[in-house]
Amino acid sequence: MAEHFIIETHGLTKEFNGFLAVNDVNLRVRRGQIHALIGPNGAGKTTCFNLLTKFLIPTRGRILFKGEDITFARAAEVARRGMVRSFQMSAVFPHLTVLENVRVALQPTLGTSFHFWRRGSSLAVLDPRAMQLLDAVGLGRFAGTVAVELPYGRKRALEIATTLAMEPELMLLDEPTQGMGHEDVDTVTALIKRAAADRTVLMVEHNMNLVATIADTITVLQHGRIIADGSYAEVSHNPLVKQAYMGSTDSVLRGAHG
Amino acid sequence: MRSAAVPYVIAGVFALCVPLLGIYPVFMMELLCFAMFACAYNLLLGFGGMLSFGHAAFFGSAAYATAWLATARGWGSVPAIAAGVAVSALVGLMVGILAIRRRGIYFAMITLAMAQLIYFVYLEAPFTGGENGLQAVPRGSLFGVLPLKSDVVMYYLVLAAFLLQFVFIQRVVHSPFGQVLKAIRENESRAVSLGYEVNRYRLLAFVLSATIAGLAGSLKALVLGFVTLSDVQQATSGEVILMTLLGGTGTFFGPVIGAAVVVTLQQYLSDIVGGWVTVIIGAVFIACVLAFRRGIIGELAALLRPRP
Repeated sequence: MAEHFIIETHGLTKEFNGFLAVNDVNLRVRRGQIHALIGPNGAGKTTCFNLLTKFLIPTRGRILFKGEDITFARAAEVARRGMVRSFQMSAVFPHLTVLENVRVALQPTLGTSFHFWRRGSSLAVLDPRAMQLLDAVGLGRFAGTVAVELPYGRKRALEIATTLAMEPELMLLDEPTQGMGHEDVDTVTALIKRAAADRTVLMVEHNMNLVATIADTITVLQHGRIIADGSYAEVSHNPLVKQAYMGSTDSVLRGAHG
Repeated sequence: MRSAAVPYVIAGVFALCVPLLGIYPVFMMELLCFAMFACAYNLLLGFGGMLSFGHAAFFGSAAYATAWLATARGWGSVPAIAAGVAVSALVGLMVGILAIRRRGIYFAMITLAMAQLIYFVYLEAPFTGGENGLQAVPRGSLFGVLPLKSDVVMYYLVLAAFLLQFVFIQRVVHSPFGQVLKAIRENESRAVSLGYEVNRYRLLAFVLSATIAGLAGSLKALVLGFVTLSDVQQATSGEVILMTLLGGTGTFFGPVIGAAVVVTLQQYLSDIVGGWVTVIIGAVFIACVLAFRRGIIGELAALLRPRP
C-alpha cells in the first residue's frame, strides 16, 4: 500500500508561538499524479510545503517520502533524494545567465562542485543538456540573458527548467502561475502537464481553472486542517469547501482566488 | 576581448618596472601585501556574499606565525611563509565553522567577536612580545640561494606571490565551486532546494579567503621586518573592508585599486597632516558609500558597459 503514495504525512503539525499553522494533517500524494493543495489565504499551504521540503521542522508528526521517514532529514538531503521544490516568489539566480541557472542544477552530476581549482570551462559538458531543458520550456534563445532581465512569466519557466534539471521524482510547485497573465498561465500549464508525464507533482495553486484542468487529486486546507480531499468534482461540491471559499454553501466553487 | 586585456598589460608593465621608476620598493611591497589582503577579502564579500568584520585575525595570525618562526626558530623564509599560511587557514577554519551558521549581521558579529578574542590572545601570549610585537624579523633567503635582503629581490618575490593569488582567485571564481558559491550568494534557499549543502561551500570560501589573507600577512611580516598588534587589531579589519568597498566589490581589480588608494593616502598624508589621515580616510569612505557605491572599478565598468 505504501508504495502507491510517494509522500505521506501522519499527524503533521506546526505551531508558531501557540498558533497552529498546520494542524494534524494527514496528506497522501499518489505516485504519478498531479496533486493540488488549495485553500484560502493563510490556510497553511506554504507552511505545509516548507515542512515537506524540510525548510521548517514540524512540531509533531511524521513525514514519509518513498516509504522512508524523512521527518528529521536536512533540506538539501531531501532534494538530493528526489523531492525538489519551487518557491512562491520566483526562484532564479538573478545575476547568473539563463544557461548558468540551469547548469547549477546539473552540476552535482559531475561531482566537481567543490573543485575550486578546476577551470570553469569544465562545465561546458553540461551545456547540451542545459540547452535541451531550456528549449523544452521555450527559453533556448535566451540562454545568454542574465536571468534578472527576463520578464516574469519566463522567470517562472526558467525555474521549472531548473527544477526539471534535477530530474525529481516529486516536484513541488508553490503557486506556479501567481501574478501571471493569461498567455503565461497557459504556457506554464502546458509545461506542468508535460513535466508531470513521468513524475509526481504537488502544487499549491489559487487559479481554480488550472486546478480543475490538470489536477488529479485536490486537498483543501483551511485553518491548517484538511477539510476535503478528492477529485475536483468531489471537492467542489463539498459544502465545507463552499463555505470556506464563498462564505455560503450555495455558490459553485470557481475562480476562488478573490 | 582585446580591449579587456589593456589594463592588465599596463598594470603588468608598471609592476615590473617599479624598481626602475625610483618608487620606494618597501612602499610598493606594503601596497601589494594590502592589495592581496583586499583581494582575499573580496573573494569572501564580493563572490561569497559574506561580510566579515574580523579578517585582521587571519592576516595577523599568519604574520605572527611567520615572524616567530623566522626569529625564534630560525626557519627559512619559504617554510616560515608556508607555516604562516597554514596557521591562517586553520584559524580561518575555526572561526568559519562558528560564523557560517549565521547570516548577515550575525555572521559579521561572530567574526568580530572571534577576531577580538584572537587579538587578546596575541596581546597576552608570551611569544608575541605583547605591546612591542616581534622586531627584527630576518628576511632570510629564497631556498637558501637568493638572499632576500635586497629590496628589489624581495619586491619581485612579493610581486610573484601577488600575481599568483590574483590568478588563483580568478580561477576559483570561475571554477565549478565558484559557480555554486555565486548561486548561493544570489539565492541561498534555491541552492538548498537544488540539493546543495550550502554551509560547506560557505566554509570553503571562508577558509580560502583566510588563507590568502594569511599569505599577505606573512609576506608583510618579512617585508617590514616586524609584526605588531596593529596587524591583528580591529582597525586593520576595518581598513580591508574600506579598501574593498572603495575599489569595488565583486570586481577583480577593485580591491587592488582600493588598497593602492588607501595605502598611498596613509603613506603620504600622514607626513603632512599626521593623525588627521584617519579622518580623511573616513571622509573618503563616506563619500564612497554615498556617491559611488559600486566602488571605483565598479563605477568605471558600469560607465564603459554598452547600454542594452
